[in-house]
Amino acid sequence: MNNVFVYLEIDEGVVADVSLELLTKGRSLANQLGCKLEAIAAGDKLDSIEKQVFPYGVDVLHVFYDSRLSPYTTLPHTSILVNLFKQEKPQICLMGATIIGRDLGPRVSSALGSGLTADCTSLEIGNHEEKKLGKVYENLLYQIRPAFGGNIVAWIVNPDHRPQMATVREGVMKKEIYDPNYKGEIVEHAVSDYVKDTDFVVSIIDRHIEKSKINIKNSPIIVSGGYGVGSKENFQLLYDLADLLGAEVGASRAAVDAGFAEHERQIGQTGVTVHPKVYIACGISGQIQHIAGMQDSSLIISINNDPNAPINSIADYVITGEIEKVIPKMIKYYKKNSK
Amino acid sequence: MTFNIIVLAKQVPDTRNVGKDAMKADGTVNRAALPAIFNPEDLNALEQALEIKDQYPGSKITVLTMGPGRAADILREGLFRGADDGVLLTDRAFAGADTLATSYALSMAIRKIGNFDIIISGRQAIDGDTAQVGPQVAEKLGIPQVTYAEEILNIGDGKVRVKRRLENGVEIVESPLPAVVTVNGTARPCRPRNAKLLQKYKHAKTITERQNENIDYIDIYSSRPYLNLTEWSVVDVNADVQQCGLSGSPTKVKKIENVVFQAKESKRLTDNDYDIEELIKELIENHMIG
Ligand SMILES: Cc1cc2nc3c(=O)[nH]c(=O)nc-3n(C[C@H](O)[C@H](O)[C@H](O)COP(=O)(O)OP(=O)(O)OC[C@H]3O[C@@H](n4cnc5c(N)ncnc54)[C@H](O)[C@@H]3O)c2cc1C
Ligand SMILES: Nc1ncnc2c1ncn2[C@@H]1O[C@H](COP(=O)(O)O)[C@@H](O)[C@H]1O
Repeated sequence: MNNVFVYLEIDEGVVADVSLELLTKGRSLANQLGCKLEAIAAGDKLDSIEKQVFPYGVDVLHVFYDSRLSPYTTLPHTSILVNLFKQEKPQICLMGATIIGRDLGPRVSSALGSGLTADCTSLEIGNHEEKKLGKVYENLLYQIRPAFGGNIVAWIVNPDHRPQMATVREGVMKKEIYDPNYKGEIVEHAVSDYVKDTDFVVSIIDRHIEKSKINIKNSPIIVSGGYGVGSKENFQLLYDLADLLGAEVGASRAAVDAGFAEHERQIGQTGVTVHPKVYIACGISGQIQHIAGMQDSSLIISINNDPNAPINSIADYVITGEIEKVIPKMIKYYKKNSK
Repeated sequence: MTFNIIVLAKQVPDTRNVGKDAMKADGTVNRAALPAIFNPEDLNALEQALEIKDQYPGSKITVLTMGPGRAADILREGLFRGADDGVLLTDRAFAGADTLATSYALSMAIRKIGNFDIIISGRQAIDGDTAQVGPQVAEKLGIPQVTYAEEILNIGDGKVRVKRRLENGVEIVESPLPAVVTVNGTARPCRPRNAKLLQKYKHAKTITERQNENIDYIDIYSSRPYLNLTEWSVVDVNADVQQCGLSGSPTKVKKIENVVFQAKESKRLTDNDYDIEELIKELIENHMIG
């Protein structure tokens, strides 16, 4: 009762990274609260799920096996969560801020009358005082997220309703094995106790999924280009440098909107969040929404012809100059100095 | 075949064009400094509705919005673009609503409208980027939802077929009607259907607007009923006040912070050869690259 729950997104028997990241976060919240971490797996091909999730510190894995539950559709997954939560009364429920999580989360929150905060960038435990009521709520979940186009950060709490629900984007939390030998309990549920046949009224007629070849999230070095790169042709300079360094190419939204780079490369609040060892920002001004997705890079290099570009204030190295000139020199001196 | 379509549209501050004066000294947002616009993805939603009407003339589009009195602008814009009717849900008791209280209020208004085949909303509103209201309305009405829609491919025989845009692909789904469909920004942009509608509906007003502006051309408003924009309160839609506005909102804002980034001590370099070579050498030596 009153534990922390994470909904697992599963594709072809593999748990999504975002879910593992949430398990890591969920484990640390559960430790702070002195409660258990529980996970929900619904779909088919669930044989190896426990092997994948127990090392992240899952105490209880709820399994709902039914081939009709995969691919995901809204209503049956909603019924599973709503009915399970009525029994288990979680205090917290976390989901990925993915197409699935953002389809499922609001539906479940509406059915349970509980609050949901989308796209949190940080989750913490703390107390909350309602001054008007003279009441202190202990150990609430602070759901921290940018609001208003990223111009402010809001701290949201749900004092009176459970579960406290939040979605988080992929890459925002860190995924970390808790204990490779950790063993939890598996609870298999009869799907028909939770889901009605009428929940299957929406049918998937056709589906085309392409595995993305671009993997900026896990790249240790990112060469990222903004509107200042100027053209799709100039972006080639970034690819040349990236190839040499074994890096991936990222982009700002302005560069993506201008068609210089693919949407999957967008970094920031409405793109991917990255934490590379080295981030080279080329012709990026550094608006809040971009910085939100890369500020945790270990080392930031900014190349910009404007010495006062906002990104420079968070950069470790600032090169003032034109990218057309600077990048070829970086390529030249890298070739010269690396063996 | 004709369809009754409800489009959910919200008036939002244009957060994409936030200037310096949009933030007050105390770190809060100065909403007054931001232009109020038709939420962009709600225009994509309206377009999908208009396309159904193009295909099935005689279908009726009602734009429903909840907001303060000035949100009547959204209804007029909807009419200019080809909608047939508009409803403004407005009441002090709705103020401070989070997504759950908003969806409750909207669902009560939809029940009052009553006769509908499909509800089309935007995927998300740019003031909160939550994407919750559509699915929450669907749940409150007990009907299916199709989110992230890019195109309504087909409607009829009590069913709707929709193309959805996923993270890395597309999916085509079929749902029974009535249903809620939420539309992505990648869907077709909204094209006004007839410039003459602008003239026709220019003076469409809610009763409150007529009172505030002292417009008393009673004859016009009685002889041209389409100029009367419907305005409903909590009582009009039989809503439970406890479930509306701030009191119906499980989420509370604990605090708001201005975004400040920790400025670093940065090393300044020029673009000359010496500076660049030294930097590269340093990075290689520290095993940052190479
Ligand atoms: C709700 C919302 C979400 C958003 N989400 C994101 C997001 O996820 N990611 C994102 O990136 N943005 C996002 N944005 C947009 C963001 O606010 C900025 O508009 C965007 O990041 C600007 O991109 P930029 O720095 O490439 O372009 P600009 O701001 O135009 O900056 C170009 C820079 O290039 C420099 N420059 C020009 N020519 C050269 C040259 N020859 N050599 C070197 N430097 C040069 C200029 O000095 C300038 O600093 C979002 C905005 C909103 C409202
Ligand atoms: N106050 C409102 N009035 C009418 N429609 C709304 C309102 N709030 C949200 N919506 C609809 O719900 C969608 C998602 O909104 P949100 O959950 O706030 O991101 C919007 O694109 C609108 O179509």
